[in-house]
Amino acid sequence: MNGYLPQDRESRRAMLESVGIDLDKLFDMVPEQLQYDGTCDCLNEEGLSELEVIRALEALASKNVDSRRYDSYLGGGIYDHYQPSAIRHLTQRQEFLTAYTPYQAEISQGTMQAIFEWQSYICRLTGLDVSNASMYDGPSSAAEAMLMACRAKRRNRVFVSEGVNPETRQTIRTYLHAVGFDIVVGALDENGQTQQFLPEEGDEYAAWLIQSPNYYGVVEDLESFAEKAHAAGALAVASCDLVSLALLKSPGECGIDIAVGDGQSLGLPQNFGGPTVGYMATTDALLRRMPGRICGQTVDRDGKTCYVLTIQAREQHIRREKATSNICSNQALLATTATIYLAMMGEAGLTEVALQSQTKAMYLRDKLIDTGLFEPVFKGAFFREFALRPVDGVDLKALNEALLDEHILGGYVLPGNMWLIAVTEKKTVEQLDRFVDAVRRLAKKEVAK
Amino acid sequence: MMYKDTPVILTQTGEVTGQRMIPQAELEHVDAKSYYGKAFRAEKLPLPNLSEIGVIRHYTNLSLKNYGVENGTYPLGSCTMKYNPKINEDSAGLPGFANSHPLQPDSTIQGNLELLWDLEKKLSFICGMDRFSFQPAAGAHGELLGLLLIKAYHEKRGDTKRNVMIIPDSAHGTNPASAMMVGYDVREVKSNEKGMVDIGALKKAIGDGEEIAGLMLTNPSTLGIFDESILEITKLIHDAGGLNYYDGANLNAITMRVRPGDMGFDVVHLNVHKSFSTPHGGGGPGAGPVGLKKILEPYMPVPFVQPDGDKFKLVHESEDSIGKIRGFIGSHGIFVRTYAYILANGRQGLREVSEGAVANSRYIYERVKDYYRVGTTSKTMHEFVISADNLKSKYGVTAMDVAKRLIDYGFHPPTVYFPLIVPEALMVEPTETETKRDLDGLADALIQIAKEAETDPDVIKAAPHNTPIARPNETQAARNPILKV
Amino acid sequence: MSELRDDVKYAKSHEWIKIEGDVATFGLTDYAQDQMGDLVFAEVVPVGTVVEVDGTIGSVESVKMASDVYSPLSGEVIEANDSLEDAPEQINEAPYDTWFVKIRLSDPSEVESLLDKDAYAALIEEE
Repeated sequence: MNGYLPQDRESRRAMLESVGIDLDKLFDMVPEQLQYDGTCDCLNEEGLSELEVIRALEALASKNVDSRRYDSYLGGGIYDHYQPSAIRHLTQRQEFLTAYTPYQAEISQGTMQAIFEWQSYICRLTGLDVSNASMYDGPSSAAEAMLMACRAKRRNRVFVSEGVNPETRQTIRTYLHAVGFDIVVGALDENGQTQQFLPEEGDEYAAWLIQSPNYYGVVEDLESFAEKAHAAGALAVASCDLVSLALLKSPGECGIDIAVGDGQSLGLPQNFGGPTVGYMATTDALLRRMPGRICGQTVDRDGKTCYVLTIQAREQHIRREKATSNICSNQALLATTATIYLAMMGEAGLTEVALQSQTKAMYLRDKLIDTGLFEPVFKGAFFREFALRPVDGVDLKALNEALLDEHILGGYVLPGNMWLIAVTEKKTVEQLDRFVDAVRRLAKKEVAK
Repeated sequence: MMYKDTPVILTQTGEVTGQRMIPQAELEHVDAKSYYGKAFRAEKLPLPNLSEIGVIRHYTNLSLKNYGVENGTYPLGSCTMKYNPKINEDSAGLPGFANSHPLQPDSTIQGNLELLWDLEKKLSFICGMDRFSFQPAAGAHGELLGLLLIKAYHEKRGDTKRNVMIIPDSAHGTNPASAMMVGYDVREVKSNEKGMVDIGALKKAIGDGEEIAGLMLTNPSTLGIFDESILEITKLIHDAGGLNYYDGANLNAITMRVRPGDMGFDVVHLNVHKSFSTPHGGGGPGAGPVGLKKILEPYMPVPFVQPDGDKFKLVHESEDSIGKIRGFIGSHGIFVRTYAYILANGRQGLREVSEGAVANSRYIYERVKDYYRVGTTSKTMHEFVISADNLKSKYGVTAMDVAKRLIDYGFHPPTVYFPLIVPEALMVEPTETETKRDLDGLADALIQIAKEAETDPDVIKAAPHNTPIARPNETQAARNPILKV
Repeated sequence: MSELRDDVKYAKSHEWIKIEGDVATFGLTDYAQDQMGDLVFAEVVPVGTVVEVDGTIGSVESVKMASDVYSPLSGEVIEANDSLEDAPEQINEAPYDTWFVKIRLSDPSEVESLLDKDAYAALIEEE
């Protein structure tokens, strides 16, 4: 008996008999030696009731530490911003949740228009001409942008700043190595910026990639980066956090050709790193090089405004091995989530989120430095996230362990004993003071050991 | 149903100036202009400030212009949607899952790791594989990973001449596109009159075998036909030194009855939304976990879960790993749903899933086969393909017209014009979660439309009639792209 | 029945080719544009491109299909019709008056490999 099926075996048998088929011979096209009916102790024999299922899942979830019960200072690509209640109520509507890809425009205008709105929001935030319907996540979007640049420039190597998230760099390396292309990584200067270590002219890169704010939270100079990339004949690609763009000049305005990144910070839960949603925006000139689905506005037979998937001839289902990418799914529901977040927050809300995150991050950073235990790793201006280094050899991993006892998830420990700390608008000053107090007490204890 | 006008949200104007989602600032805001200098955004963000009720009504009214599986049958062959149990959503939303961060220390994510490890064991058993990777974000992404593993395997052995991937002509478009992404050349193999791989053509494609990296195959195929020669096919590839890739899009036809590993496949991806049951959200998030045999384990992407005494750990570095194809571990929230679904079914329940999927498809096929052209006499499984070219040649009614007319009868249309080898194809996959009444309704509608084609073809060509919009002008959309406001 | 002309030669990949001295002008046949349906995009390779036999000289897209445009003759592109990018519908409207590129041939003897009107008519009849 299967609880999710509306028929049992007997009614199924009767149904098939009415058209002359024997239920017991349903699988007789499968060679006998391949028919399989094994058991294993990794699979419960009979299905569990709904109550048993949720109990089992609750038991597993309770073995995790999460940012509702603990104060978390983790970032590194995934951030604990507030998600307005309306979002979950709207995105749990089955019409959004259980629809497939909008292949039939007449009965999927909801998904289509939400995607069109996502594209519009992404263009406004990034200052670029066109956006696609979304990508799997930030790292894979950056990797696709590198391949796109290689196709457009007919070159087969790319330059990537060390300030780009290592998750992204590793993903790019995998995608590029698969087709025999090269990735060259450039170092950061003492400000934590890429400027001094850009490639020489004549190095024949298809693209230069930078991240801003970068992995260490430092804001990069996109304008001079784009200018130098263009002078060297490369496309300028930037991975940008979308919340930060409430305060920072848009990549489009800075002359960037392709902007990519992750939309998790716009109303998505942390979800242990996934699923999130990637974005990609570019200039009109590069539109047809862009991978992924694109939604466009048109009219129906009666002249009524409507939305369709368009410019599809780039895609796998038409071009097969000549497509711009094999990607077919986007992250429609999560793009819709981010879109509803932007609609709920508006200019006022998003700007407030950005300002409070940054103000609180600066407050915490100053207080931690004031303890005399830490010094900043980089001097450059940052957003929401910053890196510290202990001055007297505190073992950060041990400190994080000790902080767990006080229900605090400390910053992420980077190679070289650096502490990457992220602060969002959700933190209160009281929480920040409690963190500083705990660090002061526990770090001294660690040093004393 | 009344459909309201829904102007694009960015063009709406609110009468709201502030925000009320987060508390008033406790600290004086940083002077961003002087702090960021020339990197500061001089103009305010061009986003409207809207009222909460305005936003909620907008997206509620938008949603009403969509059709989901809770509206009715969704027989979109090869893609399809089945019922998504509500408890899966509650499970994924548990704070312990939804609010955990991927960079937390292993000691604080034991629940996540235990779930993934147990799910890996379950999926491995179901597929006859040895390991599973949770990295791929979708089926096509799984194909990319599977091919990367095959490529790494050959390269590690110094076998670098192998650059040809054999793919049948009935394959999903993603197969050749994925092969392109790892730099492989595609060699297409024709199907025979039974809708199966033509063994002679396959042998010819293999040739002396020295260039063959492997084969990508869906079984049952996109025609819904189980290839009776599957063991011979996979052996021919193995004998040539290649590996076999199983496109698991159609695993739901054979779950717990035939295992890809037993058929001779070395690597497989699953589309969890239809092999198990996770929502598809109008085009994602999906997930495309990849199962692999022991010989491919050294190349698995990082990170992956490994038992560590009575605990679990994430392994972040592995010498021969292909690296990463996305950020962090994988689409965990989707796997929580997959896990809940497998628990709710158990082994017996999963066997009933495949039985129901095949029974429902066969039933509709038997009812409608005399009204459309059918290509082969082979027995079909979870989906079948019929052709409307009998209606097109006689009455000018195309597969697309039939699809649009089905909307008038309250059904989501089947997949149309795929597979490419069948003209005017209608590919029907009802899934196991439909009632007999739903199945009869769909069969009746398909029959009725075939009759209407003779008596009143114009009503079909003008369909759909009661939808928020009529058929869109796709040519105008592509010639003069309007992609934003 | 699609239109065929006497004053041009044809390629198996459905291009028409007009030979004038050592310069060949390329376009898409009426049959090809009809098979593609309403074209929504077209692009041609830039002037100066050196084309091999069966090399790509452009591409066209309709809503449902995409195809490259090929040259069965080798040579160098000396003129390219950039107006196609803005108005691909000209190809549907007047396929034989809408050219893609002009190529200065490197080996005029390759012209012998082209199909004449009857041979091309037989080819599309088969398809």
